[in-house]
Amino acid sequence: MTGEWAWTTEARFESRLGAHLPLLNEVLAHLAQLGWDGRDYFGVQMTLEETLTNAIRHGNGSDPEKKVQVLCRVSAERFWMSVEDEGHGFIPTEVADCTADENLEALGGRGMLLIRAYMEEVSFNERGNRITVATQRGYRPPPTEDE
Amino acid sequence: MSTPRRISINESGDISVVTFNDSKIIDEQEIQELGQELYDLVERDNRAKIVLNFGEVEFLSSAALGKLISFEKKSRGKKAKLVLTNIRPEIYEVFMITKLTKLFTIKDDEADALAVL
Repeated sequence: MTGEWAWTTEARFESRLGAHLPLLNEVLAHLAQLGWDGRDYFGVQMTLEETLTNAIRHGNGSDPEKKVQVLCRVSAERFWMSVEDEGHGFIPTEVADCTADENLEALGGRGMLLIRAYMEEVSFNERGNRITVATQRGYRPPPTEDE
Repeated sequence: MSTPRRISINESGDISVVTFNDSKIIDEQEIQELGQELYDLVERDNRAKIVLNFGEVEFLSSAALGKLISFEKKSRGKKAKLVLTNIRPEIYEVFMITKLTKLFTIKDDEADALAVL
Protein backbone atom coordinates (compact mmCIF):
# COMPACT_ATOMS: atom_id res chain seq x y z
CA MET A 1 0.00 0.00 0.00
CA THR A 2 2.72 2.48 1.01
CA GLY A 3 4.43 1.91 -2.33
CA GLU A 4 1.58 3.70 -4.07
CA TRP A 5 2.27 7.00 -2.34
CA ALA A 6 4.50 9.63 -3.90
CA TRP A 7 5.05 11.48 -0.62
CA THR A 8 4.35 10.76 3.03
CA THR A 9 4.86 12.96 6.07
CA GLU A 10 4.40 12.82 9.82
CA ALA A 11 4.07 16.06 11.75
CA ARG A 12 3.45 17.13 15.33
CA PHE A 13 2.78 20.72 16.32
CA GLU A 14 1.62 22.85 19.24
CA SER A 15 -2.00 23.95 19.50
CA ARG A 16 -1.44 27.59 18.61
CA LEU A 17 -3.56 29.37 16.02
CA GLY A 18 -1.71 29.26 12.72
CA ALA A 19 0.66 26.48 13.82
CA HIS A 20 -0.78 24.23 11.13
CA LEU A 21 0.05 26.53 8.23
CA PRO A 22 3.60 25.29 7.45
CA LEU A 23 2.29 21.72 7.15
CA LEU A 24 -0.73 22.84 5.15
CA ASN A 25 1.47 24.71 2.68
CA GLU A 26 3.91 21.81 2.40
CA VAL A 27 1.14 19.32 1.57
CA LEU A 28 -0.40 21.70 -0.98
CA ALA A 29 2.97 22.25 -2.65
CA HIS A 30 3.38 18.47 -3.09
CA LEU A 31 -0.16 18.12 -4.44
CA ALA A 32 0.46 20.89 -6.97
CA GLN A 33 3.68 19.19 -8.08
CA LEU A 34 1.70 15.97 -8.54
CA GLY A 35 -0.76 17.75 -10.83
CA TRP A 36 -3.67 18.37 -8.43
CA ASP A 37 -5.64 21.48 -9.39
CA GLY A 38 -9.09 23.06 -9.55
CA ARG A 39 -11.83 21.60 -7.40
CA ASP A 40 -9.74 18.61 -6.28
CA TYR A 41 -6.92 20.82 -4.98
CA PHE A 42 -9.40 23.24 -3.39
CA GLY A 43 -11.21 20.40 -1.60
CA VAL A 44 -8.01 19.08 -0.03
CA GLN A 45 -7.02 22.62 0.95
CA MET A 46 -10.38 23.05 2.69
CA THR A 47 -10.04 19.67 4.40
CA LEU A 48 -6.54 20.47 5.67
CA GLU A 49 -7.63 23.87 6.99
CA GLU A 50 -10.76 22.59 8.70
CA THR A 51 -9.40 19.37 10.21
CA LEU A 52 -6.21 21.00 11.51
CA THR A 53 -7.91 24.08 12.98
CA ASN A 54 -10.63 21.89 14.50
CA ALA A 55 -7.91 19.87 16.26
CA ILE A 56 -6.16 23.02 17.51
CA ARG A 57 -9.25 24.93 18.61
CA HIS A 58 -11.87 22.39 19.53
CA GLY A 59 -9.87 19.26 20.26
CA ASN A 60 -7.04 20.85 22.22
CA GLY A 61 -8.74 24.11 23.17
CA SER A 62 -5.77 26.12 21.77
CA ASP A 63 -3.65 24.84 24.69
CA PRO A 64 0.00 24.97 23.47
CA GLU A 65 0.87 22.16 25.89
CA LYS A 66 -1.32 19.85 23.84
CA LYS A 67 -0.07 18.61 20.50
CA VAL A 68 -1.70 17.75 17.18
CA GLN A 69 -0.34 14.63 15.46
CA VAL A 70 -0.73 14.30 11.70
CA LEU A 71 0.03 11.54 9.22
CA CYS A 72 -0.46 12.44 5.57
CA ARG A 73 0.06 10.55 2.29
CA VAL A 74 -0.37 11.84 -1.23
CA SER A 75 -0.03 10.52 -4.76
CA ALA A 76 -0.98 11.79 -8.21
CA GLU A 77 -4.44 10.28 -7.70
CA ARG A 78 -5.09 9.96 -3.97
CA PHE A 79 -4.97 11.87 -0.68
CA TRP A 80 -5.09 10.31 2.80
CA MET A 81 -4.64 11.92 6.21
CA SER A 82 -5.22 11.26 9.91
CA VAL A 83 -5.31 14.07 12.47
CA GLU A 84 -5.24 13.32 16.19
CA ASP A 85 -5.58 15.76 19.08
CA GLU A 86 -5.30 15.30 22.85
CA GLY A 87 -8.86 16.34 23.60
CA HIS A 88 -11.67 14.29 25.06
CA GLY A 89 -13.09 13.65 21.61
CA PHE A 90 -16.54 14.36 20.30
CA ILE A 91 -19.44 12.45 18.84
CA PRO A 92 -19.65 13.36 15.15
CA THR A 93 -23.42 12.94 15.00
CA GLU A 94 -23.84 15.44 17.83
CA VAL A 95 -22.16 18.37 16.08
CA ALA A 96 -24.52 21.32 16.43
CA ASP A 97 -26.62 22.45 13.49
CA CYS A 98 -24.43 25.12 11.87
CA THR A 99 -27.42 26.90 10.41
CA ALA A 100 -28.91 27.66 13.84
CA ASP A 101 -28.55 31.31 14.92
CA GLU A 102 -26.59 30.55 18.08
CA ASN A 103 -24.05 28.54 16.07
CA LEU A 104 -23.45 30.97 13.24
CA GLU A 105 -19.85 31.57 14.20
CA ALA A 106 -19.11 28.02 15.32
CA LEU A 107 -16.37 26.31 13.38
CA GLY A 108 -17.26 22.72 14.03
CA GLY A 109 -20.54 22.22 12.25
CA ARG A 110 -19.79 24.08 9.04
CA GLY A 111 -16.23 22.74 8.91
CA MET A 112 -17.42 19.13 9.20
CA LEU A 113 -20.05 19.74 6.53
CA LEU A 114 -17.31 20.92 4.16
CA ILE A 115 -14.95 18.05 4.99
CA ARG A 116 -17.69 15.52 4.26
CA ALA A 117 -18.47 17.24 0.95
CA TYR A 118 -14.89 17.04 -0.31
CA MET A 119 -13.70 13.71 1.11
CA GLU A 120 -14.79 10.32 -0.17
CA GLU A 121 -14.10 8.71 3.23
CA VAL A 122 -14.38 10.29 6.69
CA SER A 123 -14.05 8.24 9.88
CA PHE A 124 -13.31 8.72 13.58
CA ASN A 125 -11.74 6.56 16.24
CA GLU A 126 -13.97 5.44 19.10
CA ARG A 127 -12.82 8.24 21.44
CA GLY A 128 -13.51 10.84 18.76
CA ASN A 129 -10.13 12.58 18.95
CA ARG A 130 -8.78 11.24 15.65
CA ILE A 131 -10.28 11.88 12.23
CA THR A 132 -9.16 9.98 9.15
CA VAL A 133 -10.03 11.29 5.69
CA ALA A 134 -9.34 10.08 2.18
CA THR A 135 -10.28 10.99 -1.34
CA GLN A 136 -9.18 10.63 -4.94
CA ARG A 137 -8.92 13.08 -7.80
CA GLY A 138 -12.19 13.52 -9.59
CA TYR A 139 -14.29 12.48 -6.59
CA ARG A 140 -17.65 14.27 -6.43
CA PRO A 141 -20.18 13.71 -3.64
CA PRO A 142 -23.54 12.13 -4.51
CA PRO A 143 -26.20 14.81 -5.17
CA THR A 144 -28.29 15.84 -2.17
CA GLU A 145 -32.09 15.87 -2.18
CA ASP A 146 -32.44 19.57 -3.01
CA GLU A 147 -30.05 19.53 -5.98
CA MET B 1 -11.12 56.98 11.22
CA SER B 2 -8.45 54.35 10.57
CA THR B 3 -7.88 52.95 7.08
CA PRO B 4 -9.14 49.39 6.78
CA ARG B 5 -6.42 46.79 6.22
CA ARG B 6 -8.41 43.78 5.10
CA ILE B 7 -10.80 45.47 2.68
CA SER B 8 -10.82 48.29 0.10
CA ILE B 9 -13.88 50.47 -0.37
CA ASN B 10 -14.95 52.32 -3.51
CA GLU B 11 -18.06 54.47 -3.80
CA SER B 12 -20.43 54.15 -6.73
CA GLY B 13 -23.14 56.74 -6.10
CA ASP B 14 -24.76 55.75 -2.80
CA ILE B 15 -23.39 52.19 -3.08
CA SER B 16 -20.20 51.01 -1.36
CA VAL B 17 -18.26 48.43 -3.37
CA VAL B 18 -15.98 46.42 -1.11
CA THR B 19 -13.11 44.22 -2.31
CA PHE B 20 -10.99 41.93 -0.15
CA ASN B 21 -7.26 42.59 0.19
CA ASP B 22 -6.36 38.96 0.97
CA SER B 23 -6.62 36.16 -1.59
CA LYS B 24 -6.70 33.55 1.20
CA ILE B 25 -8.92 34.36 4.16
CA ILE B 26 -7.74 31.86 6.78
CA ASP B 27 -5.58 33.68 9.35
CA GLU B 28 -7.52 33.96 12.61
CA GLN B 29 -6.26 37.44 13.43
CA GLU B 30 -6.99 38.68 9.93
CA ILE B 31 -10.50 37.20 10.07
CA GLN B 32 -11.16 39.10 13.30
CA GLU B 33 -9.95 42.32 11.67
CA LEU B 34 -12.01 41.62 8.56
CA GLY B 35 -15.11 41.10 10.68
CA GLN B 36 -14.63 44.40 12.52
CA GLU B 37 -13.97 46.33 9.30
CA LEU B 38 -17.15 44.89 7.76
CA TYR B 39 -19.20 45.64 10.89
CA ASP B 40 -17.90 49.24 10.80
CA LEU B 41 -19.42 49.70 7.36
CA VAL B 42 -22.94 49.41 8.73
CA GLU B 43 -22.56 50.19 12.45
CA ARG B 44 -20.17 53.15 12.34
CA ASP B 45 -20.47 54.47 8.79
CA ASN B 46 -24.18 53.70 8.35
CA ARG B 47 -23.69 52.51 4.77
CA ALA B 48 -27.02 51.30 3.43
CA LYS B 49 -26.06 49.56 0.17
CA ILE B 50 -23.02 47.31 0.04
CA VAL B 51 -21.53 45.13 -2.68
CA LEU B 52 -18.97 42.55 -1.53
CA ASN B 53 -16.80 41.72 -4.55
CA PHE B 54 -15.06 38.33 -4.08
CA GLY B 55 -13.01 38.62 -7.29
CA GLU B 56 -9.69 38.50 -5.42
CA VAL B 57 -10.67 35.68 -3.06
CA GLU B 58 -9.20 32.27 -3.90
CA PHE B 59 -9.87 30.54 -0.60
CA LEU B 60 -11.73 31.11 2.66
CA SER B 61 -12.21 29.00 5.77
CA SER B 62 -15.37 28.19 7.70
CA ALA B 63 -14.27 30.79 10.27
CA ALA B 64 -14.40 33.42 7.53
CA LEU B 65 -17.86 32.18 6.54
CA GLY B 66 -18.92 32.68 10.14
CA LYS B 67 -17.86 36.33 9.97
CA LEU B 68 -19.75 36.85 6.71
CA ILE B 69 -22.86 35.37 8.27
CA SER B 70 -22.56 37.67 11.28
CA PHE B 71 -22.08 40.61 8.93
CA GLU B 72 -25.20 39.68 7.00
CA LYS B 73 -27.12 39.59 10.27
CA LYS B 74 -25.81 43.00 11.36
CA SER B 75 -26.58 44.45 7.94
CA ARG B 76 -30.12 43.14 8.09
CA GLY B 77 -30.50 44.60 11.58
CA LYS B 78 -29.44 48.02 10.25
CA LYS B 79 -31.66 47.65 7.16
CA ALA B 80 -28.59 47.76 4.91
CA LYS B 81 -28.77 45.90 1.59
CA LEU B 82 -25.96 43.46 0.85
CA VAL B 83 -25.07 41.77 -2.43
CA LEU B 84 -22.15 39.39 -3.10
CA THR B 85 -20.50 39.26 -6.54
CA ASN B 86 -17.64 37.81 -8.61
CA ILE B 87 -17.47 34.58 -6.62
CA ARG B 88 -15.25 32.01 -8.38
CA PRO B 89 -16.73 28.51 -8.88
CA GLU B 90 -14.79 26.81 -6.07
CA ILE B 91 -15.90 29.43 -3.54
CA TYR B 92 -19.46 29.37 -4.87
CA GLU B 93 -19.57 25.64 -4.22
CA VAL B 94 -18.60 26.33 -0.58
CA PHE B 95 -21.64 28.62 -0.35
CA MET B 96 -23.76 25.88 -1.93
CA ILE B 97 -22.53 23.15 0.41
CA THR B 98 -23.17 25.29 3.49
CA LYS B 99 -26.55 26.49 2.13
CA LEU B 100 -25.39 30.10 2.31
CA THR B 101 -26.70 30.68 -1.21
CA LYS B 102 -30.09 30.84 0.53
CA LEU B 103 -28.94 33.49 3.00
CA PHE B 104 -27.05 35.85 0.68
CA THR B 105 -28.08 37.66 -2.50
CA ILE B 106 -25.42 36.62 -5.03
CA LYS B 107 -24.91 38.14 -8.48
CA ASP B 108 -22.39 37.33 -11.22
CA ASP B 109 -20.70 40.75 -11.35
CA GLU B 110 -20.79 44.29 -10.02
CA ALA B 111 -23.04 45.57 -12.81
CA ASP B 112 -25.70 43.01 -11.90
CA ALA B 113 -25.31 43.88 -8.20
CA LEU B 114 -25.60 47.62 -8.80
CA ALA B 115 -28.75 47.01 -10.85
CA VAL B 116 -30.60 45.40 -7.93
CA LEU B 117 -29.49 47.90 -5.24
